[in-house]
Amino acid sequence: MDVGLLAVSLYEGLVFGLVTIGVYLTFRVLTFPDLSVDGTFPLGGAIAAVLIVSGVNPFLATLAAFGGGLAAGLVTGLLNTKLRISALLSGILMMVALYSVNLRIMGRANIPLLREITSFDMVARILGVHNGVGLSIGFVLVVVAIFVAGLNWFLRTEVGLALRATGDNEQMVRSLGSNTNKNVLLGCAISNGLVALTGALVAQNQGFSDIGMGIGMIVMGLASVIIGEGVFHPKSITSILLACLGGTFLYRLFLNVALRLGMPPGDLKLVTAVLVIIVLAVPHIRKKVRGEWLPPAVRM
Amino acid sequence: MNGYRRLSECEGIVVMKTGENNYMLQLRNISMIFAKDTVDEVTALENVNLDVREQDFITIIGSNGAGKSTLLNIIAGVFPPEKGGSIIIAGDDVTNLEEHKRAAYVGRVWQQPEVGTAGKLNLEENLSLALLRGKPRKLEMAINKKRRQIFRDALSMLELGLENRLSTPIGTLSGGQRQALALLMATISKPDILLLDEHIATLDPKTAQTVLRLSDMIIRRERMTTIMVTHNMEIALHYGNRLVMMHKGRIVVDMGEAEKEALTIGDLVAAFEQAAGEQFNDDSVLLSQH
Ligand SMILES: Nc1ncnc2c1ncn2[C@@H]1O[C@H](COP(=O)(O)OP(=O)(O)OP(=O)(O)O)[C@@H](O)[C@H]1O
Ligand SMILES: [Mg+2]
Repeated sequence: MDVGLLAVSLYEGLVFGLVTIGVYLTFRVLTFPDLSVDGTFPLGGAIAAVLIVSGVNPFLATLAAFGGGLAAGLVTGLLNTKLRISALLSGILMMVALYSVNLRIMGRANIPLLREITSFDMVARILGVHNGVGLSIGFVLVVVAIFVAGLNWFLRTEVGLALRATGDNEQMVRSLGSNTNKNVLLGCAISNGLVALTGALVAQNQGFSDIGMGIGMIVMGLASVIIGEGVFHPKSITSILLACLGGTFLYRLFLNVALRLGMPPGDLKLVTAVLVIIVLAVPHIRKKVRGEWLPPAVRM
Repeated sequence: MNGYRRLSECEGIVVMKTGENNYMLQLRNISMIFAKDTVDEVTALENVNLDVREQDFITIIGSNGAGKSTLLNIIAGVFPPEKGGSIIIAGDDVTNLEEHKRAAYVGRVWQQPEVGTAGKLNLEENLSLALLRGKPRKLEMAINKKRRQIFRDALSMLELGLENRLSTPIGTLSGGQRQALALLMATISKPDILLLDEHIATLDPKTAQTVLRLSDMIIRRERMTTIMVTHNMEIALHYGNRLVMMHKGRIVVDMGEAEKEALTIGDLVAAFEQAAGEQFNDDSVLLSQH
């Protein structure tokens, strides 16, 4: 396996790791299956691209994309908590609505950024180094480290603990005096903020923002969560966050190797599905072989 | 009045928590109709009035569907009563206070240990959530050294050896241990009222006895005003200083300590059967006093 393949997988593992953490927050922590991710990822790309093209500082543009994601997540949460629309449907509605919103923001389906100064260019210029994959990894590593450290702290605070408990036992959390609706809103906002932030970074790194760049993002995030859990068996909050990054890296590495081996890109979705099935099925089959007790199938 | 703690919470200050007349809880004209104006309409509570004094320990009995759980739900703010009803706790009118704000006043333990505890979190995380009942939650570490010590002290009082297992996930505890923890969580921040809804019903007889004994100990020590629902007549007679029997959404028996002491289980069962069998015309059940 060559270094280039590892480097690209490392970059992707880090940057998409934020999407995975976002998906983890909603699906696992809040038990709120939020599908709006497929819309908030290109939302981040759209906001960043439009602002950068119009001359805004690329760091500010990236921050604005994060803000846009926070707002979109808030709306998804409001649909659920205020209008009592199911979590699944709230996410789907947002995903669909955001497609039009993103088109409106961009004004067209694709905005090239190759001629613009992106955050990556800025960092390269400040450090006086060549803008290559090494720099991409370094910059993204810093961003990811900041957010992972922030979440690692936040989830242990009084507010963060109440948020975590909300997904576990909502009735109990209410009876102990925490507003569970607010906790859900906060969790959805943070999750989609992270996703939009990634969209902004990815758009700048690849040199364009595209209306279709969010397709399959939720599946990718879920696959990474499942791989991270299956491989690393995380227990503490820190290890969970790191397992999200690790799972994303392994997933990306797997895809990149498959591509390198000549797999047509169109087959990658099938590969993803098979990979998730394997990771989920292995523990079950292992138990079956050992003759252990098998829990009934879960439907959520 | 918001849901946050009052003066009585401040260290070193002892104030009378009750409102006028020393009532910790007053229920006025409480009715509850489910599925109103449909064929499934159920009147779960009908014009219930109840005055609970500070440090009262009331046991409630009544057949299935009598409205006991609904009454506790109304006190806890899960849903509001029908128009015209009011709920006053420690002098504050809390009728329209949402459940999470009402939590400052009311601690609760349910029948299933899974309801009162968060299974994916560990012991100290659960207790930390409970310690902050009725206080604003801040961006500060939920668990610190000082709190750990509070948790250890509180847990060692249960004498279940849980004080050395602060980082054990709740999901791995036994039902009895979990219910003892739920009890601790309901009381650790000393709410004005403790509601116990058949909280030992799913435990094996020995564990049930242990949890009941712990409940009684905590209630006495913290001088908690308590309402306990049970289907066990012996427990209803033996514990508390007041006994209430509910039937079809109404309170049909309400007796104090002296009356209760004179009563035998036989009397109580007879009264219960009379209520259940509806061998009477008026609302109150006649208790034969030997
Ligand atoms: N959420 C609800 N929706 C509709 N009906 C309800 C609801 N909760 C309770 N009821 C109805 O209200 C009545 C009283 O129920 P409640 O649970 O208060 O009885 P209970 O005295 O606690 O009985 P048990 O001893 O079986 O626990 C029942 O007829 C029940 O079907
Ligand atoms: Mg009940």
